[in-house]
Amino acid sequence: MKRRNFLVAAGSAFLAGCSKIGDTALFEKLVDGAENWHRGLHRALGGGRIPMAPEFSRNDVSPFFRGNGSQTVDTDEYRAAEAEGFANWQLAVGGLVANPMTLSMEDIRALPQRTQITRHDCVEGWSAIGEWIGPQLSAILEAAQPSEDARFIVFYCADTLGGSEYYESCDMDDAYHPQTIIAHQLNGEALPIRNGAPLRLRLERQLGYKHAKYLTGIEAVASLDDIGAGYGGYWEDRAGYQWYAGI
Amino acid sequence: MSKVRKRHALSTRIWHWVNAVSIIILFMSGLNISNAHRRLYWGDWGFAPEHAWLEVPRFPGWMTIPDYYSLSAARDWHILFSLIFAFGLLAFMIAALINGHLKRDIFARAREWRLSNIWTDVKQHARFNFKHGEGKYNILQKIAYASVILILIPLMIFTGMVMSPGMEAAWPWMTELFGGRQSARSLHFIAAWLLAAFLVMHILLVLAAGPVKHIRMMITGGREETGEPA
Repeated sequence: MKRRNFLVAAGSAFLAGCSKIGDTALFEKLVDGAENWHRGLHRALGGGRIPMAPEFSRNDVSPFFRGNGSQTVDTDEYRAAEAEGFANWQLAVGGLVANPMTLSMEDIRALPQRTQITRHDCVEGWSAIGEWIGPQLSAILEAAQPSEDARFIVFYCADTLGGSEYYESCDMDDAYHPQTIIAHQLNGEALPIRNGAPLRLRLERQLGYKHAKYLTGIEAVASLDDIGAGYGGYWEDRAGYQWYAGI
Repeated sequence: MSKVRKRHALSTRIWHWVNAVSIIILFMSGLNISNAHRRLYWGDWGFAPEHAWLEVPRFPGWMTIPDYYSLSAARDWHILFSLIFAFGLLAFMIAALINGHLKRDIFARAREWRLSNIWTDVKQHARFNFKHGEGKYNILQKIAYASVILILIPLMIFTGMVMSPGMEAAWPWMTELFGGRQSARSLHFIAAWLLAAFLVMHILLVLAAGPVKHIRMMITGGREETGEPA
């Protein structure tokens, strides 16, 4: 009896089957449902308080903060901005808001600042700890006043990866979370270029790819459908990564 | 009693097969996820070779789901089946507490823990004699099943939960319990291989003890093999 051949054939059929199932619309629906279940559980198990990412002490900070994805922005504008120490960098705040505005680096530094030592977890599996300083996104949103229709905040970036512009988005729960900041400092110094100079998002309850770097704009929107390919972020559009990256 | 007692309760049988599928899918999609970053660390953080305690090999396509490298697709499988796996265990635990399965069949009595009994059991296993011992399972089976149900599977679930930053924000004490996120990740990896080792042993022993009979019993429930009149 060719039992081994049977096992190999059964194994291959199982793998091929899994790959096929993985491409169906039903599977996509199930996964979306599971993602929502995870998010619901994460919020519900907080027991009524606002779930906060753990914060660490200075002794825990990693000696070097790894950069991943874009390590710089390959444009003349960015190089010019770098040459002047990003003094004239601007962050546009718009979309479904009562007060659209453009914030200078000085405006951003003039807002109340939050310092947090947090762990950055890449979807690949590694982690690094760093101290971030910047204003809470909630403070900026309170000034801009999103309308009632606004359900998501979209973050636009200066960098491109593989020819496409990087962007990310989050829901209003994460946008107004106390630890969601627009960081301009890492470990007591201006944000290094590999980590997103001069501004990057910190979205502490989600994985690294949500923490958009080289921020140029923030937009309040009602739907993510018309932005990029409609999945709410660069990796979500390009490679099917999960929009809710708290898992 | 007029009714014939089943060897395996319906809840046990459903869980057994749901769990078998979940473990295989989670293990194979997990190996795909492992390929994204093959180094393991202890403590809270780590990203470079000098921080690592182990660099695992790259797992080939025939061992992974999907059968090509895709971190996002592997995570889809993992995210879906982690819920089935975790709530499956919870449902089984509740059923097994209510119907007495844990207390009656899985937990060993004091006299079974005697070294002479364990040694006898080891010798019987070495002779491929699996029909011995009091109760449904002999002491080695009880130790194996209890370790998997009460230690290994919960360890898989909780270390997995620690690695979800959203979950960690809700239950930060869990990360501390395992000594940091990267420690939890390392333990997740170790427990996964121990569970895979159990699965292989389990299948080999079923093959040795009579696969057709045992698989049929795990589907139909079979008949309780006790001396008591049915």
